[in-house]
Amino acid sequence: MANAQEAAAPNLGPAVELRHMHKWYGEFHVLKDINLTVRHGERVVVCGPSGSGKSTMIRCINRLEEHQRGHLFVDGLELTNDLKQIEAIRKEVGMVFQHFNLFPHMTVLENLILGPTWVRKIPRKEAIETAMMYLERVKIPEQAHKFPGQLSGGQQQRVAIARSLCMKPKIMLFDEPTSALDPEMIKEVLDVMIELAEEGMTMVCVTHEMGFARTVGDTMVFMDEGEIVEMEAPEEFFSNPKNERTQLFLSQILSH
Amino acid sequence: MTDTTEKHEDWSRPPATEVGVIGWLRKNLFSSWFNSILSLIAIYLIITTIPGIIEWALINSVWGDKSPEVCREAKGACWAFIYEKHRFILFGVYPYEEHWRPLVAMIIFLTLIFGSCIKPLWKLGWWLAALWAGGLVMVGILMWGGIFGLEYVNQSQWGGLPLTLFLATFGTVFAFPLGIFLALGRRSRMPAIRSLSVAYIELIRGVPLISILFMASVMFPLFLPAGVSIDKLLRAQVGIILFGAAYGAEIIRAGLQAIPRGQYEAADAMGLSYWQSMRKIILPQALRITIPPMVNGFIGGFKDTSLVVIIGLFDLLMTSRVAFQDINWRPFYVEGYLFCAAIYFCFCFFMSRYSQWLEKDLAKDQNH
Repeated sequence: MANAQEAAAPNLGPAVELRHMHKWYGEFHVLKDINLTVRHGERVVVCGPSGSGKSTMIRCINRLEEHQRGHLFVDGLELTNDLKQIEAIRKEVGMVFQHFNLFPHMTVLENLILGPTWVRKIPRKEAIETAMMYLERVKIPEQAHKFPGQLSGGQQQRVAIARSLCMKPKIMLFDEPTSALDPEMIKEVLDVMIELAEEGMTMVCVTHEMGFARTVGDTMVFMDEGEIVEMEAPEEFFSNPKNERTQLFLSQILSH
Repeated sequence: MTDTTEKHEDWSRPPATEVGVIGWLRKNLFSSWFNSILSLIAIYLIITTIPGIIEWALINSVWGDKSPEVCREAKGACWAFIYEKHRFILFGVYPYEEHWRPLVAMIIFLTLIFGSCIKPLWKLGWWLAALWAGGLVMVGILMWGGIFGLEYVNQSQWGGLPLTLFLATFGTVFAFPLGIFLALGRRSRMPAIRSLSVAYIELIRGVPLISILFMASVMFPLFLPAGVSIDKLLRAQVGIILFGAAYGAEIIRAGLQAIPRGQYEAADAMGLSYWQSMRKIILPQALRITIPPMVNGFIGGFKDTSLVVIIGLFDLLMTSRVAFQDINWRPFYVEGYLFCAAIYFCFCFFMSRYSQWLEKDLAKDQNH
């Protein structure tokens, strides 16, 4: 009863909060004292050279990776080893992967209704209606009965976004969603993401699409060697980066 | 311009040497000089052996209800031996007048098995399971009897093909899920479950099936309290299941490892529980890729049931051998073995073809 009330009450605190978070792979210190707060409705874009720990950081937010020190709160709940808590948080956090990770043995529609019917226990008919609505929104309703292997990369990634949205998440995590795509397909995926941002979705995106970052980002986070080096609003971040490493990184990716 | 009109080459069709009979011969039998030599050797062997076999098996052979003396004089195969002994080979020492019972039981049993292989019938779901339950009750009633005026037949008198089929089918049906649990256990993050699974698999794989059957038959009863006894057939069946599960587990584990990590992560990220993600995401994919080695295991297991002879059960191979122990028919063991081999072959070949069809059918849609 108390739980139900808690769940119903809107959480006025931050959507995601990382406090002095550390992570090691064996002896290797991948995340060093990460502090990050994401407000509800905020769009955070995380960038940085490869191996800087940015993917690892967002994968901690839904516990695909475990942090070893510090505290991590998602929508007011702390992530601990408690399995129930982890599953409760994963329900509210959608994730889009670099390699889509659609389930190849199911049709697009089956991919979309799996979470809602099995995790949220929504009746199948209702789940299908919601799924079709999201497929419309990502502009591929005609592919509903195909298998993922029959779609292009861009279409697969849009299905993956729709699949996450079907769970009605409060927070969406994007882990380099366009890095595995052919250039001509990047735009169709970014368009969907921009639309989502305009609707007020809380988003944390690891991406190198600086145009996208400028358009929708509220906060830019630059990471290097497991640390958050700079955190700034986009205009300031792009026009007047303070740290040397940020300047170097920006000059490298914006030079061409 | 003049060139092309003069040659009248038809470019819409491939050259005659690439298609049709000639194309097929070139591609399959004479694609290189080494292949050509192999083909010629094979053709020579076929020409020299096939006529002899046909002569022995068909032309000079003795068919139907003939005495062993007639067979001794003939130069060909003695199929009269099979005619005389087929009921013993098929049903062992089951009471002779009651042979219709294992026959009907076997027909029901095989109908269930083959029926379950037909894809449209899978939609029946629980109805199919109910059919199995009903069918097995009928099989049990027929085999044991004791009610409806049927004479009681103890399972120690079962033998031949029904015994082989029961051991193989139940061995497969129970070993398979047990194998899945062991494979999952071996990949579990919980140390106790993982070590238990590893210990079980390595222990069972480390010993021959014969020794497991032998232990089940001879040693196991020593551990039971006095007066308690578990039937020999059941013990053999349990031995086969436990053995098959260990092998199946390793095959399934290979399948689990072949599933990309992203699939596990996507399932986790969605909030699916461990069992949900195994059932809906991981196992359907893992089991599909393990169809070929798995069926290989089923076929091996089917034939391994013949090892139950060492604990005194009369399976199909044993009844065939006992049949030519008969002093009159002793010279005709080749025919006996051939008959037995033909029956084994039918079942194993069916399994092999069915698995190939199933693999293709499941891959049809997914385009990869």
